[in-house]
Amino acid sequence: MNKLQQILQERILILDGAMGTMLQAYKFDEADFRGLRFKDHPVPLQGNNDLLSLTQPQAIADIHRKYLEVGADIIETNTFSGTTIAMADYQMEDLVYELNFESARIAKRVADEFTQQNPDKSRFVAGSIGPTNKTASMSPDVNDPGYRAVTFDELVVAYRQQAEALLDGGADILLVETIFDTLNAKAALYAIDQVREARDIEIPIMVSGTITDASGRTLSGQTVEAFLISVSHIPLLSVGFNCALGADQLKPYIQRLGAQTDHYVSAHPNAGLPNAFGEYDQTPEEMETLIEEYLQDRLVNIVGGCCGTGPEHIARLVRLTQKHSPRACSTV
Amino acid sequence: MNLSAKHLTLSGLEPLVIKPDSVFVNVGERTNVTGSRKFLRLIENDDYETALEIAREQVTGGAQIIDINMDEGMIDGVAAMTRFLNLIQSEPDIARVPIMIDSSKWEIIEAGLKVVQGKCVVNSISLKEGEDVFVSQAKTIRRFGAAVIVMAFDENGQADTLDRRIEICERSYRILVDEVGFPAQDIIFDPNIFPVATGMDEHRTNALDFFKTAEWIRSNLLHAHVSGGVSNVSFSFRGNNTVREAMHSAFLYHAIRHGMNMGIVNPTMLEVYDDIPKDLLEHVEDVLLDRREDATERLLDFAEQVKGSAKTKSVNDLAWRENALQDRITHALVRGIDAFVEVDVEEARQSVSAPIQVIEGHLMNGMNVVGDLFGSGKMFLPQVVKSARVMKKAVAYLLPYIEAEKDGKQEFAGKILLATVKGDVHDIGKNIVGVVLGCNNYEIIDLGVMVPPEKIIQTALDKQVDIIGLSGLITPSLDEMVFLAKELERTNSDIPLLIGGATTSRAHTAVKIDPQYAHTVVHVNDASRAVNVVGSLLQQDQNKTYKEQIKTDYENFRVGFEKRKISKEYVSLHTARENKFVIDWQTHPAVVPEQLGIQQIDHQDLSVLVDFIDWTPFFRSWDLHGRYPQILEDKVVGQEAQSLFEDAQSLLKQIIDDQWLQAKAVFGLFPANATATDDIEVYDDESRQNPIACFVTLRQQAKRASDKPYHALSDFVAPHGFPDYIGAFCVTAGFGTKALAEEFEAQNDDYNSIMVKALADRLAEAYAEYLHREIRIRHWGYAPNEDLNNEALIKEAYKGIRPAPGYPACPDHLEKNVIWSLLQVEERIGVSLTESLAMWPAASISGYYFARPEARYFGLGKIEKDQLQEYTQRRKITLEQATQWLHPNLND
Repeated sequence: MNKLQQILQERILILDGAMGTMLQAYKFDEADFRGLRFKDHPVPLQGNNDLLSLTQPQAIADIHRKYLEVGADIIETNTFSGTTIAMADYQMEDLVYELNFESARIAKRVADEFTQQNPDKSRFVAGSIGPTNKTASMSPDVNDPGYRAVTFDELVVAYRQQAEALLDGGADILLVETIFDTLNAKAALYAIDQVREARDIEIPIMVSGTITDASGRTLSGQTVEAFLISVSHIPLLSVGFNCALGADQLKPYIQRLGAQTDHYVSAHPNAGLPNAFGEYDQTPEEMETLIEEYLQDRLVNIVGGCCGTGPEHIARLVRLTQKHSPRACSTV
Repeated sequence: MNLSAKHLTLSGLEPLVIKPDSVFVNVGERTNVTGSRKFLRLIENDDYETALEIAREQVTGGAQIIDINMDEGMIDGVAAMTRFLNLIQSEPDIARVPIMIDSSKWEIIEAGLKVVQGKCVVNSISLKEGEDVFVSQAKTIRRFGAAVIVMAFDENGQADTLDRRIEICERSYRILVDEVGFPAQDIIFDPNIFPVATGMDEHRTNALDFFKTAEWIRSNLLHAHVSGGVSNVSFSFRGNNTVREAMHSAFLYHAIRHGMNMGIVNPTMLEVYDDIPKDLLEHVEDVLLDRREDATERLLDFAEQVKGSAKTKSVNDLAWRENALQDRITHALVRGIDAFVEVDVEEARQSVSAPIQVIEGHLMNGMNVVGDLFGSGKMFLPQVVKSARVMKKAVAYLLPYIEAEKDGKQEFAGKILLATVKGDVHDIGKNIVGVVLGCNNYEIIDLGVMVPPEKIIQTALDKQVDIIGLSGLITPSLDEMVFLAKELERTNSDIPLLIGGATTSRAHTAVKIDPQYAHTVVHVNDASRAVNVVGSLLQQDQNKTYKEQIKTDYENFRVGFEKRKISKEYVSLHTARENKFVIDWQTHPAVVPEQLGIQQIDHQDLSVLVDFIDWTPFFRSWDLHGRYPQILEDKVVGQEAQSLFEDAQSLLKQIIDDQWLQAKAVFGLFPANATATDDIEVYDDESRQNPIACFVTLRQQAKRASDKPYHALSDFVAPHGFPDYIGAFCVTAGFGTKALAEEFEAQNDDYNSIMVKALADRLAEAYAEYLHREIRIRHWGYAPNEDLNNEALIKEAYKGIRPAPGYPACPDHLEKNVIWSLLQVEERIGVSLTESLAMWPAASISGYYFARPEARYFGLGKIEKDQLQEYTQRRKITLEQATQWLHPNLND
């Protein structure tokens, strides 16, 4: 049993909060995104948050540090869009390896600082693997439902490159998250399994789907149970849901998921639903109340925040979990 | 308990959990191009929208998984699988259920796995190509997150016994679980459902073995599941849905009780177990559970009684004459009505600017409908041939106008050369293929019968044909086909070769003909397949793949064939003779024939033969399968069988009334004795001093059970010291056939041309039957009081036998030479022998008469070298000649 699993048997692990929300506060402009290195890049780069690991590494490190300071056990790398597929919009396919490698390195360096300060509390880096901006089992063209903008093979190549770079940069975990098309996630798992076999190593994998609305299904139409069955063929550290919903809307699905799996269960909901301006305004206190219900019902083993959450939200989750035991889990 | 338990979990948009106590999981099988002609046609025609409806119907109809198969030579399987599955993903009411990706081609399976988000079932993998391939495929399947069906198949072939099934399933399981780390609950075994009631002894336990295997798997291979394709079990009863449906239900009932928990079943082909009539159920279960020695025979007899009755409907309704022009032409073509075709074609001609447009437009539109209906099994061969007759009449009417305009020729889809090979005279099947291909707009160059190979090749070159089709019925024709393939190779030809005819087979084609020719060789056993094969071969873009596919299929077949070859044991000729069939000559002396010597009949009254006709083979020659007279009431083909039968009756009446055909016979009865070396010496008189002929018979050598004898025909004739007799005969009903057929052909009436030949064949068979009875009752007179009806005759309920050279008891065609010189056949009645020893006219039969009540039909099987050596001396020919004539029966 590795260290992560050991800790998971004892207590609830805390995942960090949003990266994007935190970066918004810096109000970086186009020039900040470009830095010196990309001042002549042919397309606009503002909004390419992953790039900031190269052009504003200090800001990224500072955000990680803020989450670690409030007690997060796992921080996520700034690599949500770190595939050739997602980077194509910015014409930055060639930079993908470097982006992932650097992001993981930054996170790992900061996490190690904290582990050294307090060896009793190990900090971990989860390499964030997002869904890309294309779907393998849905057509973007309503008039041609058989069309696909991306193939499984293309996804495998892209995900494999991202996974390798994240591991090379020091990621302890790979987190396949915000899955709205299970086929994309299967391609990611396929790629990770290839890397695992090629390198002959154990790779802790967290899988986190997204239930888009009250239909209780993923965007690609699967129910909670169908999603779980579809991703259960590769040994996982945990399975869970994140994004799209606030903690209260997400709860029934986490409940259903936990009832059907012996994997550890994770949840990192948004800070409520977005308001009319697209902002998340659920306060840390409000979120704390909602998550407390999770803990009372012993629904989760890993909990954190997604869009709209910040260090204050996470700080409250850390305090909360100290009073509760984790969800019972028989296997792994 | 949750989804992590050791249950088989699958998913589409919704989950499917199969627990040990789950009810039987029904897999929908209509979205399979190999099983559903309708689905195949939709995919071929790129009509994916309608194809999706089939998938939807299955799900709404209760299928819990849908099986999807795109394995068809003409389809790009990877592209079709990808596209169809992609489309399914956009249909939430279909994508709800898990997908079974069904293919024998790994690349198609992988393509399927790449487009489905849910957890699929792969159907299937096996140890067929060895452990390495098996392990690597299993690992990949695992990585895609699918469950897998494992066929009971290994390097040595498909498991067909209980032991082999268990051995292969266990080995597969151990490799998957121990080596690959495959979750046991994701393994589904398909231990092969094979047909029962085939008449072959080794198939009797097919169902029972499956049940036992299922039970063994469920109790020994922890968490694994059992599945199978159920419809296979009733294969012998195609055309009899009452029996099939009962058999499927009874099979499922028992299979489920033995642990089968998933299966591919057509719900419309399933009777409710409790609703199966008790007597039918008993007969079916006797077969499935192998409860009686005679279970198969009893079910076959019973099956005839329970066939559904056909509906009849009036055909003389002329309402269709009110329809639009194209509809009328299509109707005439589909129904084969030629009465109005010239009127309609004339109307069409006046409506277009050039007469050729009538052929390319109106007529081809109609023929396309015919082709579709035939292709989908909604029209039958006799109807298509009638359609062709209408088409030919229409074209004949238009030809003068087309020539007058000189506006070009009809554009054909391809040029096909057809020929019956050297030494063979049988052409009914070849002609049918010609007509059907002609209907599909191919230009047919028919070289007729007895065509020498050099003529076939020269014509092929001169006319630049696209395909050569060879036909033959007698066994020496098989060698001619091999020779022709060699010649094509030698002359660097690349024209695809089609092989057809009663004695040809996929096995012979794959093993003997295909290796001789670097280019395509295809065995085509019926006319409807010929259209598909020719279409595929001539398809510009895809024919290369198709050809390669056929080549590979035959190669695989050969490899499999070599592996499957069970080395039978043989006994020496000496041992075989020591254990020959023994008759007590002392107690029952031979009956002396009423009249010895040769007699001939120059003018046989055909009308007396009609009652002796066995009609079942007549329907078979038109691709209508089933026994007469029940076939007339058959649900599927009954109506067509009736109409064909009526046409046959009316032509037969004309043939008899106007004496269009002449039947003749010559036969002789002679003193004879068997020698110690299996010859039968024939003498001119009772002194038995003067052998005038010597029949050389062959003895079985394949090892038999210790109490079973090794037969030779000479066993049925007494040895020296006991007076005994033998008869020989040749009958024909074929004189006049050729002229009459040609007359019909000149009138563009292929239907009646083929009909004449088929009827002549039936009359010849009837004549042989009639004459045999005359021999028994009068000429030999050994059964003077026999009173058997026609049915009993067909069942060979009489005493004594009349085996024919070239058939199983006497595969040696050279015996015909002996009969010919003994009876002066050619001189007396004009029937001649070709170089391959086929009889001309084709509608002729020759053979021997054995009178002993103990005499019976048997199959020689293969013989050993010792007998071959001795045979050369007895027959006074070289070893090379002997090998050439006997090689289908030589053990090599």
